[in-house]
Amino acid sequence: MPDPLIRMRGITKRFPGVIALDGVDFTLQPGEVHALMGENGAGKSTLVKVLTGAEAFEEGKIFLGGSDTPIVNHSPQEAQTRGISTVYQEVNLCPNLSVAENLFVGRQPRRLAFVRWGEIRRRARSIMADIGVGIDVEKPLESYSIAVQQMVAIGRAIDMAAQVLILDEPTSSLNESEVRTLFELVRRLKGQGLGIVFITHFLEQVYEVCDRITVLRNGRLAGEYAIETLPRKDLVAAMLGRAFDDLAEIRVAGAAPTATTVPTVSARGLGVHGGVKPFDLNIYPGEVYGLAGLLGSGRTEVARAVYGADSHDTGTLAVKGKPIACSPRDSLKAGLAFCPESRKDEGCVAELTVRENIVLAEQTKRGAFRLIPRDEQEAIAGKYADLLQIKTASLETPIKQLSGGNQQKVILARWLATQPDFLILDEPTRGIDIGTKTEIQKLCVQLAAAGMSVLFISSEIDEMLRTCGRIGVMRDLAKVGELSGDELSSSAVMAQIAGGRHDEA
Amino acid sequence: MTRLRALTRHRLFFPLVCLLLVLLLNVVVTVATTGSPGPFFQISLTNGALNGPLVTILNRSSELVILAVGMTIVVSCSAGTDISVGAVMALSGAVSIWLLGFGELKDNGYHVESYVVPYAVGLLAAVAVGALCGAWNGFLVSKLKIQPMVATLVLYTGGRGIAKVVADGQIDKVDVASYKWLGNFIQDADGHNLMPIPTAIFIAAAVVAVTAVVLRRTALGMNIQAVGINNKASRLVGLRSNRIVLVAYIFCGACAAIAGIIATSRIGGIDANNCGKMLELDAILAVALGGNSLAGGKFSLSGSVIGAVTIQALTTVLYSINVSADQLPLFKAIAVIVIVVLQSPDLKPLLQRAGGVFRRLALSAKRAGGPA
Repeated sequence: MPDPLIRMRGITKRFPGVIALDGVDFTLQPGEVHALMGENGAGKSTLVKVLTGAEAFEEGKIFLGGSDTPIVNHSPQEAQTRGISTVYQEVNLCPNLSVAENLFVGRQPRRLAFVRWGEIRRRARSIMADIGVGIDVEKPLESYSIAVQQMVAIGRAIDMAAQVLILDEPTSSLNESEVRTLFELVRRLKGQGLGIVFITHFLEQVYEVCDRITVLRNGRLAGEYAIETLPRKDLVAAMLGRAFDDLAEIRVAGAAPTATTVPTVSARGLGVHGGVKPFDLNIYPGEVYGLAGLLGSGRTEVARAVYGADSHDTGTLAVKGKPIACSPRDSLKAGLAFCPESRKDEGCVAELTVRENIVLAEQTKRGAFRLIPRDEQEAIAGKYADLLQIKTASLETPIKQLSGGNQQKVILARWLATQPDFLILDEPTRGIDIGTKTEIQKLCVQLAAAGMSVLFISSEIDEMLRTCGRIGVMRDLAKVGELSGDELSSSAVMAQIAGGRHDEA
Repeated sequence: MTRLRALTRHRLFFPLVCLLLVLLLNVVVTVATTGSPGPFFQISLTNGALNGPLVTILNRSSELVILAVGMTIVVSCSAGTDISVGAVMALSGAVSIWLLGFGELKDNGYHVESYVVPYAVGLLAAVAVGALCGAWNGFLVSKLKIQPMVATLVLYTGGRGIAKVVADGQIDKVDVASYKWLGNFIQDADGHNLMPIPTAIFIAAAVVAVTAVVLRRTALGMNIQAVGINNKASRLVGLRSNRIVLVAYIFCGACAAIAGIIATSRIGGIDANNCGKMLELDAILAVALGGNSLAGGKFSLSGSVIGAVTIQALTTVLYSINVSADQLPLFKAIAVIVIVVLQSPDLKPLLQRAGGVFRRLALSAKRAGGPA
């Protein structure tokens, strides 16, 4: 057997108040795809950051190849020189630079002091062609979707990694065909003898592409398994440390809308020039309404137009029968709440504390001059931190120190604290572990049962079928259909999403 | 031990240490020149007025403290600096004197011998002009999305010019005794001081106190920081970030005007060329010395105030060792580099690594020199 590429032994890492990693071992063989699994806060991301030098660690040793001399990476750059490259969950590139520049920033090929732009463009084209993404590499990165941006990040990492490629939730913003392209690439790289660390929450993907699984739980190693020996059920059990019936039916059909019910939110011909085409939408009290569609199909745009995050050019919007002006402020005051897709960009206020992040919307709703007393703020924050089981050292911890899933919960808490009549959740379960996913789905149903209306957007059709009473389907920036009752099935939704383009599927 | 650690981690720890260091420097210089540290701490009461180096430092730092308060808010919510505050000081000072001597200024040889309009109107006009300048800056930054430094560059260069036009290119003087109260001491008709403490200290304290109370008793403090940290998220929670930024610049302009009133009152007139000159940079520096990030977001008002006093204390020590006004910036720059480096969060690991190298060297030297 060849020497392993990486051996991490007894890695321990402490954050103030928490042990993030507690004596964790991890081994990566050449030519394998190794899944790193665990719930939010289990220590997956921290382990990767320790390996790549983004975080320091207190105890333990890291060995490369057959060498017996431990190494320490002090920075991701240093890790790269040792052949370890990473693609993170959130795209960490420069949006205003071109794709080609992004691929080569910091390592531009030079002749003397001069950057060889022709060479950069040529090589950039070949890198992107290799990973099956035919795009204009001279356009700025921001002109492409997040999915394409992520492919660029992967392209960059692949071009640099000689031995080890770490993919930290690379697929959470990719659609199915993009995932397929990525996996073909992963298999090809594996064939070339690279070791690939793959972090994801999608169980199907683990079983599709991975060879071995290392499971972490609460900062400890729960076990390392060959994929054939670990059925899905046991994997979930290993991650959660308990037997778990994930797929329990939690769906409760929303109260059937009748002709006399006033919809909580009613859109008539709402549209944005150059954005989503005019659509009608009625959402009634007590229902969870799903919005399905591929990435870029207009799901998010509908949510943004309804909330007023983007102002609409056509149509009207009414909340509980009353027309409403179009701005987040008006929507907030009318009892709407919008949990956006991109928590880093549009959700978290990084340096503010968990408490401040939670009360922010409710405080704004009440007005800046009616400060919520400190003890009431603490009561609100504490209540929702308990309800959503937010893992944080304290309510006064800056939100940036929380793990991604817990940040997502804080943002959700912020909106629940405003006690809205209508809650929009745009991909609330993206990048979140199964346990929390189910919790959020259950919460949606509970909120609806208490009379709230929920607009639920997700890429996972199963998840929507479990939670939603009706599902609207988006395709190419237009609302193309609506399914309810007996029509709701995975195949029916897929058929609507695919529409007239069956030949392409 | 844990208490000590908590103390050193407090965000005001380093700003305070810097202030103490500069004060210590003052003491050392006093000892070197007079033989004892006594004179530096001496506070005497002459003619009903407190005198002494410490009082002078506080008094002279008043304008800077007020500017730093406004600058802190601007930096926090717009991640940029208002470099026009010095010019706005001159402009608002010039306008108020122009108004006080309305129509008679030129005839009286650019002296205001008696107020043509009530004194209070002159003061309010100055604050209004400052607020207007701030509104202009805020409009450029929040509505037109011009980078703060470029937006405020307009008034940085133009403001002083307008001030000169208003002052008719002259140094306008005010001969009314009460005009000097705000920058000196409040006096009765015979020239006796009614208050032992310089008035400017009261004004600065009032500005700080009012600002602190408003920030603490409303959600404005949190909202300003939220807008500065994540504008997009703030918009989604219903904050009108444009308006918050606009108000911040208006406030900063008004602060500059108050500082301008004190500065003109000190000399009893307006010198449009020199009023508030280079103070914008000191104000920005005060914010940074206070441990605030110039990239916006979290801020500490008390930090900025400490920073402002530190700068003035530094200026005082430099003057007392006979550094000329021309050379002052150089020495200030040196002191600033030292202070800012001390505050850098990246310094500690660097020192630790250097310490490690040093220890290894010492160890190997010991081995080499040991009983071999």
